Amino acid sequence: MAEITPGRAYGFFTDTSVCIGCKACEVACKEWNQLPGNAPAFGDGYDNTGALDAQNWRHVQFLDQVPDRTENSGRGKAWLMMSDVCKHCKDASCLEVCPTDAIIRTEFDTVYIQPDVCNGCRDCVAACPYDVIEMDEHTGVAQKCTLCYDRLQGGMQPACAQACPTDSIQFGPLDELRAAARRRVGDLHDQGVPEARLYGEDDAVYGGLNAFFLLMAEPEAYKLPNEKNAVLPSRNNAGGYLAAFGTAVLAVLGGLLAFRKRRDPEPEPEGGEEG
Amino acid sequence: MTLAQEVQHFVRAPDWTWYILVYFFFAGLSGGSYVLATLLRLRGEPADEPAARLGYYAAFAALPVCPVMLVLDLGRPLRFWHMMWNTTPGDGGPVLKYWSPMSLGAWGLLAFGVFATVSFADTLVRDGHLTFLRRILAPLTGAVFTAAGSVLGLFVAGYTGVLLSVSNQPVWSDSWALGGLFLASATAGSAALLHVLLRLRPAARASRGKLTVAERLFAPLELALIVVFLLTLIPAGAVGTAFGMPWTLLWLLALAGIAPGLGGLLTSRLAVTGEGVTVPVAQASAVRALVWPLLTLAGVLALRAAVLFPVQ
Repeated sequence: MAEITPGRAYGFFTDTSVCIGCKACEVACKEWNQLPGNAPAFGDGYDNTGALDAQNWRHVQFLDQVPDRTENSGRGKAWLMMSDVCKHCKDASCLEVCPTDAIIRTEFDTVYIQPDVCNGCRDCVAACPYDVIEMDEHTGVAQKCTLCYDRLQGGMQPACAQACPTDSIQFGPLDELRAAARRRVGDLHDQGVPEARLYGEDDAVYGGLNAFFLLMAEPEAYKLPNEKNAVLPSRNNAGGYLAAFGTAVLAVLGGLLAFRKRRDPEPEPEGGEEG
Repeated sequence: MTLAQEVQHFVRAPDWTWYILVYFFFAGLSGGSYVLATLLRLRGEPADEPAARLGYYAAFAALPVCPVMLVLDLGRPLRFWHMMWNTTPGDGGPVLKYWSPMSLGAWGLLAFGVFATVSFADTLVRDGHLTFLRRILAPLTGAVFTAAGSVLGLFVAGYTGVLLSVSNQPVWSDSWALGGLFLASATAGSAALLHVLLRLRPAARASRGKLTVAERLFAPLELALIVVFLLTLIPAGAVGTAFGMPWTLLWLLALAGIAPGLGGLLTSRLAVTGEGVTVPVAQASAVRALVWPLLTLAGVLALRAAVLFPVQ
């Protein structure tokens, strides 16, 4: 691993085509970050983590597409595994709405929640389009992947990338990762795997993701919004305030009309008053 | 329509529940009451002054609940002041992000609190209490002051809807009408609140007719925004989420709350007859004087619950 220098953009390239679903990333993450984890949930598949949350900053998704009967080889698509993580978006929804400025962009170009600044308002939870952030019930602050901010400061790569036995998780300078990803997807296409695609490698979603992916199916299969749906919370500011302003004008006009000075009420004709 | 063209939400709900529901309710009533009080004083006759003062009292009474609920809802309540002061080491200072409604709202609520408190003190003075404050307050509290406070009151009543929309949550972020919807419902609810409070201040009952007419005008405004809200959800395919069972019941309660106003508008239009100014409140039927306004207030609460809970 080359030296990690502040001021340079770093990230993850998660290549799901070589993920074997071992969850070493989850374990390494919990060990390093001292996350106690949740009680495991045993469901229908191999996923007993469930989702990214305050306790799980890496989550291996298992996409079970195994057909009921064996009709063909599956071509490596029957089981899709993907080690999900905070995307460290260039245009980050969480950072945009955070009212305390607890969420910052670090000197490594990663998105970091300062635990001593966050007050647990959960606006970032409502904003994150990837279901990454959760408020921890013990600490009372929002938590997510830090891209091992502390390890980077010490010149070490993130724990998950170091633990990954297949190099599905690669850590490095963003420009180098992007070049490697483009080579990799080109190789896969050449090998007859047309479904391989990159997500977040260019600026199509949230201005580019520092943690981007090579996927083996469309993004929405992995619960990732597609380019059209990757939108920022602030898009609704103008429309929301405009509608409120229009309503306020109408309400004030209504009040002015209702409260206007009236002439003394004319005496009602005898028996002519409605009930 | 293929999957890729649909509106997609892969988000976690922020768990803004009961504390926030109560906050939305009282923020709407506080801001709305302040606005109505100002309009009554500005536009009404001298006989409407007691009702205007009642409005400023109501605005102040509804206010303290708001910050308490907001603080209790935080994961770290004692850090509530981080909303206004950035404590990042080496980068500390006041923090205001106009593009984040929660940040703007924290300051807006604080500013409105100042105006509502000063207007409350001013109202006390006008009512003959704490008269030693007169010299301090008199130069402050003219029409310009209450007009500025009313702008903040309208903001406090409406920004909460914008806050929900400025997210990536289903329903909330699929519509741009929530700020207007909350604002319209807040004005209707505030008119109903003042209507109920008339019982406590006999001198204010002269304004009963005017408040009744106001309810008749705010009701169609709220109805229109409910319709707009529903229409904006259609392209996102979110109508079922927001209006399906059991939330239908809450929407029906919200509609029931504006039914008296709509009914009054249809039958009497803007005329103040029958139980308006010409009939003393003591003779008015209990239904019109109490039950209907309370139903309107229940509708204000139901409407906010029907927006908050379906996606959480």
